Amino acid sequence: MAVLIGKQTRAIVQGITGNQGSFHTRLMLDYGTRIVAGVTPGKGGTTAVGLPVFDTIAAALEKTDANASIIFVPAPFAKEAGMEAIDAGLSPVVIITEMIPARDSMILIEYAKNRGATIIGPNTPGIITAGESKLGIMPGDVFKPGKVGLGSRSGTLTYEIAASLTHDGIGQSTCLGIGGDPFTGLNFVDVLKLFRDDPGTDTVILIGEIGGSAEEDAANYIRDTKYPKRVAAYIAGRAAPQGKRMGHAGAIITGTEGTADAKMKSLREAGVLVAEVPSELPKLLLHQVSPLQ
Amino acid sequence: MLPATTITNTERKNDSGLGSLRDLEMRWQTAKYRWELLTEQLQIGIRMKLFEYEAKSIAQNLGINTPRGAVASTSEEARDIHKRIGGEVVIKAQVLVAGRGKAGGIKFAGKPDETRERATEILNMTIKGERVKKVLVEQKAAAKKELFASIVLDRANRCQTVLASDQGGVDIEEVARQAPEKVLRHRLDPAFGMRSYDARLIALKLGYQGAQQGSFTDFLSNLYRLSVIYDAELVESNPVIEMQDGRFVAADLRVIVDDNSLFRHPEFQERSKEISSEVTALESKARDNGLAFVELDGDIGIIGNGAGLVMATLDLVRQYGGKPANFCDVGGGADAEHVATALQIIQGADKVKAVFVNILAGITRCDEVAKGIVDVKKVMGIKKPLVIRMVGTNQEEGRKILQSAGLTAMDKMDEAARLVVSKVAA
Repeated sequence: MAVLIGKQTRAIVQGITGNQGSFHTRLMLDYGTRIVAGVTPGKGGTTAVGLPVFDTIAAALEKTDANASIIFVPAPFAKEAGMEAIDAGLSPVVIITEMIPARDSMILIEYAKNRGATIIGPNTPGIITAGESKLGIMPGDVFKPGKVGLGSRSGTLTYEIAASLTHDGIGQSTCLGIGGDPFTGLNFVDVLKLFRDDPGTDTVILIGEIGGSAEEDAANYIRDTKYPKRVAAYIAGRAAPQGKRMGHAGAIITGTEGTADAKMKSLREAGVLVAEVPSELPKLLLHQVSPLQ
Repeated sequence: MLPATTITNTERKNDSGLGSLRDLEMRWQTAKYRWELLTEQLQIGIRMKLFEYEAKSIAQNLGINTPRGAVASTSEEARDIHKRIGGEVVIKAQVLVAGRGKAGGIKFAGKPDETRERATEILNMTIKGERVKKVLVEQKAAAKKELFASIVLDRANRCQTVLASDQGGVDIEEVARQAPEKVLRHRLDPAFGMRSYDARLIALKLGYQGAQQGSFTDFLSNLYRLSVIYDAELVESNPVIEMQDGRFVAADLRVIVDDNSLFRHPEFQERSKEISSEVTALESKARDNGLAFVELDGDIGIIGNGAGLVMATLDLVRQYGGKPANFCDVGGGADAEHVATALQIIQGADKVKAVFVNILAGITRCDEVAKGIVDVKKVMGIKKPLVIRMVGTNQEEGRKILQSAGLTAMDKMDEAARLVVSKVAA
């Protein structure tokens, strides 16, 4: 068991003929992901990475039974690519593309919400259900099947933490990057809700970073709903200076709100196991049973 | 005047009846909290801020009233503008940094010669590191009342939000802290944006009726149109002046265009390359070479891939008692040249006493990283103690390349962080 993707996932790759698109399609196939087609406008009738390419998703669905999508198209076209996937009833729609205008993301996320589709990203490493399916650009071999669900705002740091969990024998159910942009389809509260109802997940790890309020909102949700599963967290950016950009639009602080310390404090107060350094996470999970005890 | 609470479309739908006093208080609290988030959001990164005169020029084309005036690069031009428009004028420094008023960048003058003197003073100023190159000379408006109006991208609510207040012309953040109920918040439907009744509701809550209500509704609608046409993260007028004759005028106007939308706005692309005054020399050098780089005040140089991993690396170094000299993200899929540039720039900085390279390769490949490091060693030598932690894609190939140049890589980030700290302490 897992959330959002698994063996049942049959994906379309939008932008399959681009560099990133074809490279990662190959890696996703290698991981065992079922990818049924690619879509690139104007390239219908050709093949890429051994898969049939269609001009539109509607055309792809006449020949295949896709139910999810991953998007690699350039930022100026990402909004409509996402809408096309949603219109075709695909979900989740994973948007790897970065630097999409915030207004486009805002409109796309609302579009998905009104039509019951789930958007992961934009600017995300994607989602992986260990041992079953990978819709993303993460290195598959650092993940192994298990019962820890993981939601993250960061890419490489997710791989770092997944690798250390795997190294210590702690497997994962589903790991997903919510995305580094100001507007994302899922936030930490959404991630917690997904894992709450998943019998295959007994622990949730949140990997946050400075800026925004996603971690504080998660802490409030955990406390207010007496969240039934064990939650652990790591927040990057304690050493960040105030008011300086750290590479992500989201990673910025300008006061007490949004600092790593403030986020760690509110998570701890909600009963979350908070690691001081990434390598402490597996130790916390191995030695602590429940935050509420 | 009606109480200035936060009422959104969705909230109104869910309301079962009249809000109790407690509900009102809760909303005020929420408004206060959200305000803090918004102000934080407003300072994300280096962004495409427009100068006031640029913002006003696009505003005028959309039918937004602004005070009569023009921009000048010399004090003589400023004097001539004053002669043309007459009356009393305000002379304003055109800078992108905030806080020009407190720094003396806004002055008043009654006569053209006085304007020339004031303009000379302002044109010789440097405000928070930014040289003043232009001044805006405008007629001083006869204000009946000063208001505040702003439209921002609100990430917590995934929509655009209007903030408005009848307490304009002052530090609005202070108003929001002291009396959050004085700042109206109104969320706009992400799919449909501002409808006329959204704007009218805000006008009504600010106490306007009849023709004045229509006039303020139009003003807000035009600000909204500007935000859409120019992909603005922020459109803010503080103060909006209600004139004696009833018109609303944007006496000041700030516009920040979303960097990611510049492909739709070729007119701003050149401008965006101008370096912000808040960037240090080292930062500008690194950024010119395509690195995400922030200079910090310590002595351990840091290079890594991925913003989150680099942040975690800084945290670890700090945890073990070291002080990072910088944040440097070479990004996903960085090639040898990128890594070499980063290493050259960082080891070349006087303040750096040791360098820590932390790579977890996914899309990035260890052999490329290793090549970059070895290239630097061959060309200019490794000048500072260097600790490399490198794992992931093509790890073995990468380590062989390092070994052939007499360098080694570690496995564990923690151990590597400890080691680099000990090199500086020793």
